[in-house]
Amino acid sequence: MKNLQSHSRRDFLRSSALAGGGLMLSFSWFAEAKAAEKKPTLNNVEQWNELTAYIKITPDNTVKILCPNPEFGQNVMTSLPMIVAEELDVDWKNVVVEMSTHDNVKYGAQFTGGSNSVRMYWNPLRNAGATAREMLVEAAAQSWGVPASEITTKGGILAHSSGKSAKYGEMASKASSIPIPKNVKLKSPKDFSIVRNSKKNTEGLKVVTGKPLFGMDYHVDGMLIAMIQHPPAFGMKLKSFDASQALKMPGIKDIFSFKLYDDGFEQGGFDTRTSNEMIAIVGKSTWEVMNARKKIKAQWELTGDIKETMIGRGGKREVNIPGRLETTSDQLALMADYANGRNSAKPAQQYRKDGDPETAFKNAATVIERTYNAPFLAHNCMEPMNFFAHVSEDKALVAGPLQAPGWMEPTLAKILNLPADKIEIQMTRMGGGFGRRAYGQYVYEAARISQKLKAPIKLIYTREDDMTYGIYRPMYTATYRAALDANKNLIGFHIKGGGIPENPIHANRFPAGAIDNYLAEGWEIPSNITIGAFRAPRSNFNAAAEQSFLDEVAEAMGKDPIEFRLDLLKRAKENPVGKNNEYDADRYAGVLELLKEKSGWGKPENSGKKRGVAAYFCHASYAGHVVDMVMRDGQPYVEHVTSAIDCGVVVNPDAAINMIQGAVVDGIGNSFYGALTHKNGMAEQSNFHNYRMIRHNEAPKKIDVHFVQNDIDPTGLGEPPFPPVFGAVANALYKSTGKRYYNQPFLGEKNNS
Amino acid sequence: MAKYSLKINGKTQQIDVDPSTPILWVLRDHLKMTGTKFGCGMAMCGACTIHLDGNATRSCVLPVSAIGKSAITTIEGLSETGKHPVQQAWLEHDVAQCGYCQSGQIMSASALLKSNPKPTDEDIDNAMSGNICRCGTYLRIKEAIKTAAKTSNAK
Ligand code: FES
Ligand code: FES
Repeated sequence: MKNLQSHSRRDFLRSSALAGGGLMLSFSWFAEAKAAEKKPTLNNVEQWNELTAYIKITPDNTVKILCPNPEFGQNVMTSLPMIVAEELDVDWKNVVVEMSTHDNVKYGAQFTGGSNSVRMYWNPLRNAGATAREMLVEAAAQSWGVPASEITTKGGILAHSSGKSAKYGEMASKASSIPIPKNVKLKSPKDFSIVRNSKKNTEGLKVVTGKPLFGMDYHVDGMLIAMIQHPPAFGMKLKSFDASQALKMPGIKDIFSFKLYDDGFEQGGFDTRTSNEMIAIVGKSTWEVMNARKKIKAQWELTGDIKETMIGRGGKREVNIPGRLETTSDQLALMADYANGRNSAKPAQQYRKDGDPETAFKNAATVIERTYNAPFLAHNCMEPMNFFAHVSEDKALVAGPLQAPGWMEPTLAKILNLPADKIEIQMTRMGGGFGRRAYGQYVYEAARISQKLKAPIKLIYTREDDMTYGIYRPMYTATYRAALDANKNLIGFHIKGGGIPENPIHANRFPAGAIDNYLAEGWEIPSNITIGAFRAPRSNFNAAAEQSFLDEVAEAMGKDPIEFRLDLLKRAKENPVGKNNEYDADRYAGVLELLKEKSGWGKPENSGKKRGVAAYFCHASYAGHVVDMVMRDGQPYVEHVTSAIDCGVVVNPDAAINMIQGAVVDGIGNSFYGALTHKNGMAEQSNFHNYRMIRHNEAPKKIDVHFVQNDIDPTGLGEPPFPPVFGAVANALYKSTGKRYYNQPFLGEKNNS
Repeated sequence: MAKYSLKINGKTQQIDVDPSTPILWVLRDHLKMTGTKFGCGMAMCGACTIHLDGNATRSCVLPVSAIGKSAITTIEGLSETGKHPVQQAWLEHDVAQCGYCQSGQIMSASALLKSNPKPTDEDIDNAMSGNICRCGTYLRIKEAIKTAAKTSNAK
């Protein structure tokens, strides 16, 4: 996802700044900060002295740090400010954190997703903190007439050996007139006193007291509530409707149909929409709107095949979307045809080839071939999709839960026909994201409705709307083949993967680079079912398939599964096959070693345990788990998990542990139960009574989390621990039941029959 | 439409709504008390949990006409400043990720502790399994409940 950028001029400015490194990016903020200095009235009113776009220091020594990135539970509102506070050298107790508004120019890309926030901001925020600190030091040096090099800082206090000292707040005004230093010195990791020390969630108190933090809680006077009636199935569209009865219901203001995009609209990568024409129901309160919606009599018809124009990644292109009404059993059969080459409409595309895999397989003494399948998954964020919009003639305010406001803004400008700088996007805390809120359909819907009514409205999806009109995790399949010679050496490896409508192939990841003869290929089946990023896209399937396949291969070779992987990684490190191997074999092996040690893998005291192991690389991090499974009331239960991760410097360890434990629970839940299936284009699950979510009593009793200790700049954290859970669970299931699980969800019907 | 007089967090509130309106929407839309969350609308997720005469109740399926004289407590009424032992324990264990489910979790947990001050793990499982946490904070929820049980009993 990190390569996806829209192409407005503002983004270009941001991108070039990022490409130039921290210093250049700093200048772009400081340009803004200087502009602010020219507005003394603003400073006087607020009593804030603005040093940079991120940091404000008050005379009473309170430091206000703006968090640039949307918060969806990954705790960036704590971890990003910690990075600033560390380099600024302030007392964490004096730091106040606020969510910034959306402004691409001031803050760069404000994007939460792709496990990017800490990675992306690590250097810029350290530089911002260190720069502000140096300016304060310089201000003190000038005031006291001493060299800056003799001034020390600690806990927001400037001090000099002569006994002079001052709080940052006392020097803040003067510091704002100091020229911006160029090459600021960053701390050595060994001197960190805030980073690497657990800090409590800065919004914790608001959460436990039920303060209005979320988009759902957003309210302004005169605001109306809106809901949408989408078509009942993928592949259907609105034909006509009769709202005469519904309009008579109490509290109802208006009911109308509207098109999301005008004809010929060029869709960016995150403009994915489940349908283009829908019915809006607007009224005074949620319950009234819900009830009126039921009284609408709508006729729907088939969309037929449609063409859409896409822009963004891959350039401008026409995409054909088939009109058929899809049913899961047909989808599975079609995938099997493609996998077997029976459907030659579109042959598989080759992504990587090393050596001579054909010959290796021809000469093999044993070939192991296994096929893995996984269904669509609904994100099921706890807070259903919603958005506030107030659009007037010449400007728009929209507010709500959004992972990527910067990507939505150009589309909003287009559909509202307003200049981008007349659109204000406020970011509320998100009740979960998992990739779903990177797609802005619900924002555009809200804006359209508000524009029509010329009133502030809040669009609310019910759980049913949210689940049945999703932007799902794609449906995937992959066939893995391993060639073993007579001495049971692994001499060839082949993955052929496909999906609806996207394949899962990561061609340059492990075990690519570790096997002489290697082939990766993939195919795709177009579909009208909308898909998008879901916590660690593609990886969340690959880690399940590949890691349970490797388990089976290790068994056939008579090797311990961890030792087998370590042998492959040794090969990849010492004598790598091919180029472009994405992973660092040392870091990968390091995680497996840590896992081995912490789980007591292979130790006699653990010999009776039904354990499965898996490790995976994604978002520049390495994560693995050992899962201990028991049978409870005839059902497999994951009782204990040992987790290891190498994500570089861990900014806020306790919060990181929370995130990893959550990823483990999420992985167990989705691998056991997660499935969104279709019948004639209609989602078969609509709420939590038929979409099973992991619950309190099903979570492990214990999840021990261990970090590889190093000083590498932070890499991803929110996603990497998620994918390997699937593989570890699959392998533990084999140990518990004697049966291999190839189809997700593992405890679904397909495996039980 | 019908007029109701409801006892919410120790105060009496007058409202005029359709009798079928669930208490969840009375709280959220009419009284602007948004601490109680909407998650599913069918008593499957627990996000909307309130106390009705001290018992954990799903407010999304409870019509206002069924309340009668019962007293309602919402997250805002548990302790506005977060001083309730369950809230304190939640902060101590830094339970929340996105936080959306946590009002409901806290309301279920505080009702449990009121009726069962020393719950076993199994008691906690039984009382808390109606509350989904999509972010997967279940382990911390359990720990926080145990901590709250200790601090409440110590008082
Ligand atoms: S909203 Fe009431 S139980 Fe889910
Ligand atoms: S903390 Fe996000 S749903 Fe529970």
